[in-house]
Amino acid sequence: MDLFSTFFNIPVLVASLPQLLNGLLVTIGIGVTSIIAGLIGGLFLAVLRLYAGPVTNALVRGYIDIFRSIPLLVLLIIVYYALPFVGIRLSPFFSAVTALTLVSAAYTAEIFRAGIEAIPKGQFEASAALGLSSRYTMTDVILPQAIRIVIPPLTNNCINVLKDTALASVVAMPDLLKQATQAQALSANPTPLIGAAVIYLLLLLPMVRFVARLEKRFSRGRS
Amino acid sequence: MKAPLIKIKNLRKAYGNFTVLHGIDLEIAQGEVVCVVGPSGSGKSTLIRCINHLEPFENDGEIIVDGIPVRPGRDLADVRAEVGMVFQSFNLFPHMTVLRNVMLAPIRVRGMSEADAEKRARDLLDRVGISVQAEKYPGQLSGGQQQRVAIARALAMEPKVLLFDEPTSALDPEMVGEVLDVMKKLAGTGVTMVVVTHEMGFARQVADRVLFMDGGNIIEAGTPTEIFDAPKEERTRNFLHAVLDH
Repeated sequence: MDLFSTFFNIPVLVASLPQLLNGLLVTIGIGVTSIIAGLIGGLFLAVLRLYAGPVTNALVRGYIDIFRSIPLLVLLIIVYYALPFVGIRLSPFFSAVTALTLVSAAYTAEIFRAGIEAIPKGQFEASAALGLSSRYTMTDVILPQAIRIVIPPLTNNCINVLKDTALASVVAMPDLLKQATQAQALSANPTPLIGAAVIYLLLLLPMVRFVARLEKRFSRGRS
Repeated sequence: MKAPLIKIKNLRKAYGNFTVLHGIDLEIAQGEVVCVVGPSGSGKSTLIRCINHLEPFENDGEIIVDGIPVRPGRDLADVRAEVGMVFQSFNLFPHMTVLRNVMLAPIRVRGMSEADAEKRARDLLDRVGISVQAEKYPGQLSGGQQQRVAIARALAMEPKVLLFDEPTSALDPEMVGEVLDVMKKLAGTGVTMVVVTHEMGFARQVADRVLFMDGGNIIEAGTPTEIFDAPKEERTRNFLHAVLDH
């Protein structure tokens, strides 16, 4: 009973729920913005990497390697605490979105590149032989096929971005985790943290199941 | 005699140290049906893939199609619009219906309207005997049907030249005939065809000229009768023995 009232204290949960839901909205706001910006950036980088000249290619590869190596928390703290020294002052929201987008774009670029490279050479040759421009080859032939291949790994990446939004709490962003820790401090009871964990699970478990189903379906379709 | 539609001068191609084509000279006239035969690795596929620049070639070689030099750059799209190609592995677009496969290039390259492109596509699918399957996806068709769609797709651009790169080599034996029949009908319509093939019966029956290639050279060229009944070169005789006598 003691354990229950400590971790699953219903009155505390009810009292903190509005705060948690506000935090959830912030978390979703950061997550969705970063996911969309990361997708656009990643697609752009992938196409550059595949079709631009060697110099651009090397630059893009350098970008991808750096932002896949750097810990997100380190990047976030640099963006929020170090950039103001050179006059770049971003709000907590934009700091979080910037850090998440920079990293997400790097991962997304690799996913898109793998997806495009998985398209058989014959598809490019058939497009070329018909006289299609490289633009129409991409938009009509290659990307529609690549999208199917990249949906499972892209969804995985979305899950990661949404999870990583919790790091924004360290730059004073009132996201779900930050709200939960504040509510916990206020009520001197950890129930809001448990509540936040449950909300994260409710948000992300369906996506995890969705990826699992997609992967199963695609692997069946291929055999 | 009319100027040749395709003019190939000193075409050379190498992968690293391995030379695939040793300076090929060849002229192909408008409306001519040329079959290229020879052992695997003789360079015959590479030769026709150079004609639409799917294979880049050495700088001192030259290919001119209908007056346009084949080289990277803006003219290349013009050449490719005039040169259709049918591949060994069909290379249809699997995410589009058969009809869309045939409509795509006329709309995107020639700027044709949807309605006109659809009409042309349906006519062509009818010609190759696939009209019933127009709304299906390539994956739902047999190999022979897919290859006939690929021929219709190439024809939709109304090319002056059709290149066939071993069009029946990936097919089950019972489907070879239906594709060759379509190609025979085509040969009668005046379109220029360059066909890399192992189907000696087809070459004998349809070709105006047969080229025998080996080791990156054209060893012998002539009418089907000259090549098949009275080959002059030792290598041609050996090859024909190997493929015909069993």
